[in-house]
Amino acid sequence: MDSTMLPEVTAVGVIIKAVLILAVIAAIAGFGTYIERKILAFMQRRLGPQHVGPYGLLQLAADGIKLFTKEDIIPQHANKIIFAVAPVITAATAFIALAAVPVFPGFTIPLVDVYVPSIASDINVGILFVLGMMAAGLYGPLLAGMAQANKWGILGSARTAIQFLSYEVVTGLSILAPIMMVGSLSFVDFNDYQADGTWLVVYQPVAFVLFLIAGFAETNRTPFDLLEHEAEVISGYVTEYSGMRWGLFFIGEYANMITIGVIASVVFLGGYNDFWIFPGWLMIIGKIAFSFFFMLWVRAAWPHVRPDQLMWLCWKVLMPLAVINVVITGLVMMII
Amino acid sequence: MSLEQFKNRNVGTQNYVKLDLAHTPTTGWGQFKQVVGRTFKPELFVGLWVTFREMGNALVGGKMHTTQYPFEKLPISPRYRAIHDMLRLMESGNYRCIGCGLCEKICISNCISMETKYDENQRKEVSEYTINFGRCIFCGYCAEVCPELAIVHGPRYETASEQRASFSLFEDMLTPIDKLNLQQEYDGFGAISPNADENIKPTPLAY
Ligand code: SF4
Ligand code: SF4
Repeated sequence: MDSTMLPEVTAVGVIIKAVLILAVIAAIAGFGTYIERKILAFMQRRLGPQHVGPYGLLQLAADGIKLFTKEDIIPQHANKIIFAVAPVITAATAFIALAAVPVFPGFTIPLVDVYVPSIASDINVGILFVLGMMAAGLYGPLLAGMAQANKWGILGSARTAIQFLSYEVVTGLSILAPIMMVGSLSFVDFNDYQADGTWLVVYQPVAFVLFLIAGFAETNRTPFDLLEHEAEVISGYVTEYSGMRWGLFFIGEYANMITIGVIASVVFLGGYNDFWIFPGWLMIIGKIAFSFFFMLWVRAAWPHVRPDQLMWLCWKVLMPLAVINVVITGLVMMII
Repeated sequence: MSLEQFKNRNVGTQNYVKLDLAHTPTTGWGQFKQVVGRTFKPELFVGLWVTFREMGNALVGGKMHTTQYPFEKLPISPRYRAIHDMLRLMESGNYRCIGCGLCEKICISNCISMETKYDENQRKEVSEYTINFGRCIFCGYCAEVCPELAIVHGPRYETASEQRASFSLFEDMLTPIDKLNLQQEYDGFGAISPNADENIKPTPLAY
């Protein structure tokens, strides 16, 4: 696709895209809880939710009603302002990060002739912005845990700090090698780089695996869900939360899962390019859906690690691997 | 599980499989080898495969494990001790209880209370029979002691009710006369064992 052929990006298009992202992702994030329960249930040969609506599809509505009508408790000795703001940080940063992520290929709305770009704002440091926003999202758990005057919360936020310090370096270093190959930080360039059909994962399998591992840590998913592991720290940073504030944390978490899925698809798995007979939008939806499914699958299959194991893994195994990968990529690029 | 299996449970004769666990490495080189070995062993993927296979089994293989409890129920063991049933004689439809009072006597929580009187045929008749289920500990002694297999523990384990009294009267526990043909012989607690015939020694007639 030649960029000069593209219609002009207008404010209307950007707004449509933003609304689309907000509406679709927020809905999917809520729906994700249903899918997660269903898939985990099937993997354990259970039925999952099935009494509210056909196949339990309206469970989501029931949960929503429950979350909205539940009493919103702020503990007596909590720092009230921070306690109230923390969930908003998680949810807001998750959606802000989605602003710079391409979710669908660009398209033109037929009748009104408005071009909707693939990214709400295609900033030239897209990857850095998204990773930074997701990292900032961890302020949510950190502050929430410290503000709630609860020892389990404190433990949760201590673990947040540990997790943050561990995986962030791996995320950055693992994605550095593809950045070197593409020579840009914009997601659109990544996508166009793979337009010939060769996915970057072919050149960078190690970086892909490292990024996936770090992605699991970034979204607090199961092998690394130490922030809120019930068996150890009650609920960690969400111990004292109830109602919709608690819900916001989880909308943020599911939105982050989608973001990681999008980044993995666009950076490593060929983005929203057409593939064989499948159009691009179908491809990207398929890839995002698969990575979402993969996260649930992993949750059903794998045990979770201790905080010290996470640090050990990130600093002693993954980071050296990432550095070696970057060095080798650099050498190969120099020679070729 | 059949009744025989229930009655012949010998702990320790099952086929346990011992895990073959290697020793924890002590040297640095040993630890390194373990880490590398575990990294490249497809253990994690085995886990993924197992869960995926089970999902297939559940969805298309018809091996879904859930029992949708209020709608479906699992069979319970004959030895299960739930709310009592009073059985009837199959032939005459009369209740089996002869009013001997053994159950009232043996009940360790003193919760059976009964009154008997002679009816017009000079046969003992049970005029009152209640079990206070607030006190019953479901020990099964009453079923075991009953010489007539009249009081048994039935299968009704769903005992949530507004009133304890809903279960505890003689009429509530007695098999309804129109359901007599559905009455199950009790082969659990206190019933004669399946090999009772072998255990009987012939009584010598002449001393
Ligand atoms: S089960 Fe035990 S406690 Fe209950 S009525 Fe029978 S003898 Fe008494
Ligand atoms: S032991 Fe049996 S026969 Fe005797 S009174 Fe109790 S229920 Fe009736």
